[in-house]
Amino acid sequence: MIDSFFNLDVMARVLPAIISGMWVTLGLSILVITSGTVFGLALATLRALQYRVVNWFIVFFVDAFRAIPALVILMVVFFALPYVDVQLSGLVTAWLCLSLVLAAFCEEIFWTSILSVDKGQWEAARSTGFSFLQSLRYVVLPQAMRLALPPLTNRAIAIGKSTALASVVAVPEILNQASSAQAQTANASPLTLAAIAYLAIFLPLVVMSRWVESRFAWRH
Amino acid sequence: MDRLIESFLNPEVMRTSAPYLVRGFWMTVKLCLLVIPLGVGLGLVLAALHTLQRRWLNVLLIVYVDLFRAFPPLVLLVFVYYGLPYMGIVLSPFLAVALAFMLNTSSYYGEILRAGIENIPQGQWQAARSTGLNRIDTMRFVILPQAIRSVLPDLVSNTLEVVKLTSLASVVALPELLRMARIAQGITFNPTPLVLAAGVYFLLLWPFVRLLSKMETRRIVTAT
Repeated sequence: MIDSFFNLDVMARVLPAIISGMWVTLGLSILVITSGTVFGLALATLRALQYRVVNWFIVFFVDAFRAIPALVILMVVFFALPYVDVQLSGLVTAWLCLSLVLAAFCEEIFWTSILSVDKGQWEAARSTGFSFLQSLRYVVLPQAMRLALPPLTNRAIAIGKSTALASVVAVPEILNQASSAQAQTANASPLTLAAIAYLAIFLPLVVMSRWVESRFAWRH
Repeated sequence: MDRLIESFLNPEVMRTSAPYLVRGFWMTVKLCLLVIPLGVGLGLVLAALHTLQRRWLNVLLIVYVDLFRAFPPLVLLVFVYYGLPYMGIVLSPFLAVALAFMLNTSSYYGEILRAGIENIPQGQWQAARSTGLNRIDTMRFVILPQAIRSVLPDLVSNTLEVVKLTSLASVVALPELLRMARIAQGITFNPTPLVLAAGVYFLLLWPFVRLLSKMETRRIVTAT
């Protein structure tokens, strides 16, 4: 068992591939989290303007990307779009799809948090001469963040973990590297190494999310 | 426009691929009916063990929960399906998926239920025990019903994630909805089945997403 799961020889051989996979996983996660959060916040801001028709579109987008599994979206974009001559690389596909999924979740989180801020705060801010955006930026959002931060952290971690899905469209991240190394070496040690690599990245974040949750919890 | 319909919503292809998608749909339903009870059940055990308040036990529980929350479920699945055979344990795709997803989802359910139980004031325990109920009955008849109500949105949200999670089973060739759509796509040389599968997931889960939005908004309104 040690020979097939903790084979040091095999591990040493595949370590460079796993490490390069870690960089791809990290880079893709950071890209997705940045663009997804920004887009989600932009959508929530747009929704706060309360244009009825615009809001229908936003709600439909959010619902669709919350209801359809990320892997299905990934498959549609990667395997269906080429039929209409839109050919995206695996990396771009993964970045685009995961960003859209994260944006949908973030919009919902930002929106409910903005709703939680008392209407009087808006009115007071606007009456001091702040514009809509200034009220949002300086008065409402800072208060909303307290409620938004724990679920945002959890969502960001979840989407970071789901970069493993990119292995399916041949992005050379950790899981992809480990799977091909496992096939080449006929040994499970690359998978063990991949598991350790994921833990190294995500375990600290999971522990941090516990702290965020207790720090920003609503006191009843 | 014609070309878009031809490729993505081709009626002919829809007809050919429908039987595949129907079979895949039932497999997805079967998977959900297996994975959700397993995850909730084990999660409940984890949360119940937490109420025993043994220090070493709580440390173990937190390690278990955090470990499986840190692993991407796909990595866990690949490990179970492609790794365990090296130990002489060969699982069918169905069992591999059940095992991997039970480990993954139970940690989330466990964490949610634990938070729910902690929401219930100590007085409820004391009152229930003083009426002569034992620990287990107290849990079952007094604490859990209130705890579950207090974390219902999280439970619904997690269950939604579990249903979506079953699509990963396609990676180990389990013939669920996504896998069958890919097969139908290969046979018809047309991506309509994929679009259809996305549509099926959407129609299936949309009511729950709406419900969840409503619940979240209500929770915010009552909390503030």
